[in-house]
Amino acid sequence: MSSETKQILTTDGIPLEVSLKKAEKKNKIKAFLLVAPLLLFIIITYVFPIGDMLMRSVDDKMVTEMLPKTFKSMEKWDGQDLPPEEVFEAFYFDFQKLIEEEREGKLSTQLNYTKNGFKSIIKKLRRKSKSFEEGNYKEQIMSVHRRWADVEYWRAIKRRAPAYTYQKYLKGVDMYENEKGEIINVPEDRRVHRILWMRTLEIAFFVTVFCFLMAYPIAHLLATLPMKYSNLLMICVLLPFWTSLLVRTASWMILLQQQGIVNDFFVMIGLVSDDNRLEMMFNKTGSYVAMTQILLPFMVLPLYSVMKTISPSLMRAGKSLGGTPFVAFWKVYFPLTIPGIGAGCLLVFILAIGYYITPALVGGASGTLISNQIAFHMKSTLDWSFASAMGLMLLSGVLVIYWLYNKLVGIDNIKLG
Amino acid sequence: MALPKYTEPHYRIWHYVYLTICAAVFFFLVAPLFVIFPLSFNAEEFLVFSDGMKRLDPDAFSLRWYQDMIYGTKNPWGLAAKNSFIIAIFATIGSVILGTVAALGLSSRHMPYKGLIMAVLISPMIVPLIISGVAIFFFMAKVGLAATHTGIVLAHIILGTPFVVITVTATLSGFDHSVTRAAASLGSDPVNTFMKITLPLILPGVISGGLFAFVTSFDEVVVVLFLAGLENTTIPIQMWTGLREQLSPTILAVATCLIILSTLILVTAELLRRRSERLRGINR
Repeated sequence: MSSETKQILTTDGIPLEVSLKKAEKKNKIKAFLLVAPLLLFIIITYVFPIGDMLMRSVDDKMVTEMLPKTFKSMEKWDGQDLPPEEVFEAFYFDFQKLIEEEREGKLSTQLNYTKNGFKSIIKKLRRKSKSFEEGNYKEQIMSVHRRWADVEYWRAIKRRAPAYTYQKYLKGVDMYENEKGEIINVPEDRRVHRILWMRTLEIAFFVTVFCFLMAYPIAHLLATLPMKYSNLLMICVLLPFWTSLLVRTASWMILLQQQGIVNDFFVMIGLVSDDNRLEMMFNKTGSYVAMTQILLPFMVLPLYSVMKTISPSLMRAGKSLGGTPFVAFWKVYFPLTIPGIGAGCLLVFILAIGYYITPALVGGASGTLISNQIAFHMKSTLDWSFASAMGLMLLSGVLVIYWLYNKLVGIDNIKLG
Repeated sequence: MALPKYTEPHYRIWHYVYLTICAAVFFFLVAPLFVIFPLSFNAEEFLVFSDGMKRLDPDAFSLRWYQDMIYGTKNPWGLAAKNSFIIAIFATIGSVILGTVAALGLSSRHMPYKGLIMAVLISPMIVPLIISGVAIFFFMAKVGLAATHTGIVLAHIILGTPFVVITVTATLSGFDHSVTRAAASLGSDPVNTFMKITLPLILPGVISGGLFAFVTSFDEVVVVLFLAGLENTTIPIQMWTGLREQLSPTILAVATCLIILSTLILVTAELLRRRSERLRGINR
């Protein structure tokens, strides 16, 4: 009994299985075509640009392109003693070309990043090289400044030969590669980024904890109250949620200032004296307080939607089986809310870790986060490749949490409002 | 919440402690917003309650900061408001169209790689804004759209679509697909079916997604800070500059207007949500 004889045919004489598959495929294409415009849009304007950030963060072609002959001739040089005459000659010709194009300043800035002291000797070389004679460039260049006769500086140039580098990532965690190619920590007094990473994690973690502690009781209240009252109270959660972030930050700036209402209140109840008002703004306290209030709705909403589905009879059952209300809560109710806790905590943590506006306004110097540092390098130092590297380091952290969130909660289960 | 009569005293106490905690949290959530109202009517330049205000002296209140907001010299708010509305409206239209169409595809059970595609489409909502800002800035600078309205609108469409996708997919999850099949069997073409049958049913979800997209665009500052030139200034940018330089009562007047706007949007969104729940309840 072969399967062919048993095949069911449609009216057109095509086997049903084939026909169904065809229809299925058609439906698949139809569904995909609907998603395609948005998907393409997001990929072109968003996903690719993030890839572009990755390219920028490792890109080091600038020096490679400025000194092509030098790096070619350096290939044979072992880096032990001073480079041979060809290297000096190649460097001289590369350098002359840069002077013609007026790009020697850029070279000196770039090389100075690698090793301090390049700026002045390149300037000097530029001046002296006008009167150079043909031949024996090694002697002539070395006579410009004694640093040109120092092998360390030639090694520093050679280190810039590769078109790609991971230096920016090392810098992001306060490390660097020294002359011998070892990766070492920067001196303790100059470590800024590690402190920022730790502070970002610390603030995000505590904001999440505070949000959880505050959101749990009110989500419970909202879920257990009769509809009539809970709808009204829900407005209290949703109003801040819909209000402009800047408005909410502004209100905290008013409240927390030294002459502000919170301080007035503390003075009134005698907690602090009038001439000794607390500084709650432009420091960590400001970041904590404002961020907790701003992110609180993001914790309440997922908790509420989970608690809403828990039947009150479960608690009653727990109690009727001899548990005290606390035991019933802890053994029955709390475990059922864990999905909501997971969703809320991950959401708040993700949002907090990338916060920028609020810390910039109320955080001061001690309350700023990694995002502020990225913005600083984008706008002030214009070191875009470093900003990109820091951004991607932050992004990889967020993506891990996003992946976890997707696993635990499912992206399609995100609820809004 | 009334407690049963047989509740033991220490649980009774605990219950009141719990209610007090809840009240405190609600206060913490909402009270900061209400500080702005009275201070925006302050007759003086300082951002503290003057003695006159504490005595409710009518002379201590004035509308001068509202006048300054509208008629003030070298006033940035008019241009900013105009830009904000133009950008937000176009961004909303773009997000709603792209997002709704995509959500239709995503809720089809034939959609391949649903999880992965959904994760990509939602990512602008999850990725920290500063990173989105940097990436979008690089893109817009490359294609020459930095410091243009078009560039900002496109950026806000990117940030707004996740909200539309989420709300519309959620509405479609309770959608009875047999009605579209019924329409098709009665000879309606897909576009007609969508306009006459599907859209009216999912409209609450679409509008509430649109509201999210509107608010996202209207309130967005991080990405705009990278993209905007002087001509493209928006309300959030002006607020940001104002808050950084000097907190003036004029900003509070603007903030009050924004709170009123967000209250209106909230009420609309809530009414729509309830209507949608009711409609879907009937469908089931």
